[in-house]
Amino acid sequence: MKSYILKRVLISVFTLLAITLVLFCLLQLMPGSPFNDEKLTDDQRIVLNEKYGLDQPVLVQFGRYVANLVQGDFGVSYNISKNTPISQLIQTRLPISIQVGGMAVALGAVLGLILGVIAALNHNTWLDSLCTAISVLGVSVPSYVFALALSYTLGFRLKWLPMLYSTNTPFLSSVMPSIALSMFTMASIARFTRNEMMEVLGSEYMLLAESKGINGAPLILRHALRNALIPIITVLAPLIVDLMTGSLVVEKIFSIPGVGSLLVTAIQSNDYNVVIALSFIYSAMYIGIMLVVDLLYGVIDPRIRVTGEGGRMGFFARWRLVLFGRKKVAKV
Amino acid sequence: MENTAKETVLSIRDLSITFKTGAGPVNAIRGVNIDLPRGTTLAVVGESGSGKSVTFKAAMGILASNSVVNSGSIVYNYRHNDGTPATVDILKMKTRDIRRHINGKRIAMIFQDPMTSLDPTMPIGKQIMEGMVWHYKTPKQQAWDKAVRLLTEVGIEEPEKRMRQYPHQLSGGMRQRVVIAIALACDPDVLICDEPTTALDVTIQAKILELIKRIQAERGISVIYITHDLGVVAKVADFVNVMYAGRIVEAGTIDEIFYDPRHPYTWGLLSAMPDLDTEDDRLYTIPGSPPNLLHPVPGDAFAPRNAYALNIDERLDPPLFRISETHYAASWLLDERAPKVEMPPELKARIERMKKEGI
Repeated sequence: MKSYILKRVLISVFTLLAITLVLFCLLQLMPGSPFNDEKLTDDQRIVLNEKYGLDQPVLVQFGRYVANLVQGDFGVSYNISKNTPISQLIQTRLPISIQVGGMAVALGAVLGLILGVIAALNHNTWLDSLCTAISVLGVSVPSYVFALALSYTLGFRLKWLPMLYSTNTPFLSSVMPSIALSMFTMASIARFTRNEMMEVLGSEYMLLAESKGINGAPLILRHALRNALIPIITVLAPLIVDLMTGSLVVEKIFSIPGVGSLLVTAIQSNDYNVVIALSFIYSAMYIGIMLVVDLLYGVIDPRIRVTGEGGRMGFFARWRLVLFGRKKVAKV
Repeated sequence: MENTAKETVLSIRDLSITFKTGAGPVNAIRGVNIDLPRGTTLAVVGESGSGKSVTFKAAMGILASNSVVNSGSIVYNYRHNDGTPATVDILKMKTRDIRRHINGKRIAMIFQDPMTSLDPTMPIGKQIMEGMVWHYKTPKQQAWDKAVRLLTEVGIEEPEKRMRQYPHQLSGGMRQRVVIAIALACDPDVLICDEPTTALDVTIQAKILELIKRIQAERGISVIYITHDLGVVAKVADFVNVMYAGRIVEAGTIDEIFYDPRHPYTWGLLSAMPDLDTEDDRLYTIPGSPPNLLHPVPGDAFAPRNAYALNIDERLDPPLFRISETHYAASWLLDERAPKVEMPPELKARIERMKKEGI
């Protein structure tokens, strides 16, 4: 177990380095420079490039960047907020994005699970149809439509919630954006939960549990949901990262000072360090959450519990399980 | 059939069950009568789709949601803890009450495939203890001790270690032993075994059958075997009910069915049993296939496959003719007006041989 985590962390470090290197090369290939103020003369640009080390070869820049990164230094911003350390720039924005995204994930996952379970338990009734309709709506309607609709009704008409984000009321002003963001997650989780629950409810171990006399909530929670959860987690993990890293459109609508808008501005103005720092943080979060999910599998499904050696289910095997159902995979 | 010397534990009367399917209603069970005398082993034999599993799923209240019970009763006689006798009709009970008072506690079931009938995410021990804790609020430690005893009883070595393991860590035979331990956890007095050995290999089959037999002898419980394997029936049963297309076509003691079968379908089943001493090289099979119960079956459902069918079979379903106190068969051949028809000579020779060998 310990060696498994160690291995995973080591692989993660190298993945992150590779991502940073690719980003460095890509940004080098992009036209333009961070110093695009029209008042600057060519000489001044050369001086600036020298000052920030941008005249060096890519690999030298990369090496220097990594050396700084190890000490927790992401560098400074070139033009969005001149010479401000990036850690300081992100410090205020990232928690806001994570808070809104986290609320959206929690809301979406919980509601999605409940809807999916209700649909599966009332298979082929009006409740099932209603849940299916909600999930089709959630998957097909983009989040900004929900955002605008919420903003108009709850914000403008009823005035229950602030229309724009305010740092004084971080929770209240996150409610509408998180609802808007959670719709897609909720819909996909609901659809998925329904299918998984249907399969589990038709299984023989459910019949055995019933013939033991178990019924009601313990039957559903102890036997059905736990088995249905395994593939659901696989779908949920990428959704979590998507939401945590902020959504540009929803951030704009509610004017949330999050990282989504920062990233777009940085790309537009060639603020290399900001782009790299944010991408690095996204990748790290993604890898981190995937690691947590991998360990969670072991907690929920004893069949893929970490043994220390090989012989456990990899990411692709799990997706195969998600896509083709568990019967085929179980034989592997 | 009725009022034999022993008390009847489970008495199924005139049971009729229909499944609503996309193609229309399927009359899976068409008037079944079965009696289970206390402390005996009853085998229900029939082809796939003859309705043998459905009959007993009805007794467990675990029928599929698209099924409708049209008529009939499943009367269960039991004793309260203080010894006073009680009688209930399971079909009239609410599902919640069946779960609370019948399932696991009084009637337990063993399923066909031990590979799929255990919850893959729950340790073995917890699955055995679950029923006890659920029904009797047994304290954890007490339930644990009892589960360990049960695992020992069903022949699992190192029970303490197995308690903490998960189903995928056990072999098929061991899993079926665990399923049996789960069924015994709340000391039921009826055990329904739905093809308990079909999914297991032959050497394990014999061991599981012996295990169930031993448990029955030790605990004095009544056992129902649902099977298509006459070899299993011969090893374990006291009484045999032969089922065809949702009806009981012949019922009798094991000797009556094996040595003096009267229904042509039973003749077919017995002839289709593999046997080393038969002179014919080819294995006999009953021609044709069971009728599609989606459509109403006029007359005797077996008539189209029956070489001995009479004209009346096309029109009228035969009633159960009484042959002895315990032996009944639904065949017009038993009517006094019917022509005298003997069982196939090959089968007769085989039965003579079996009698001599005293199997």
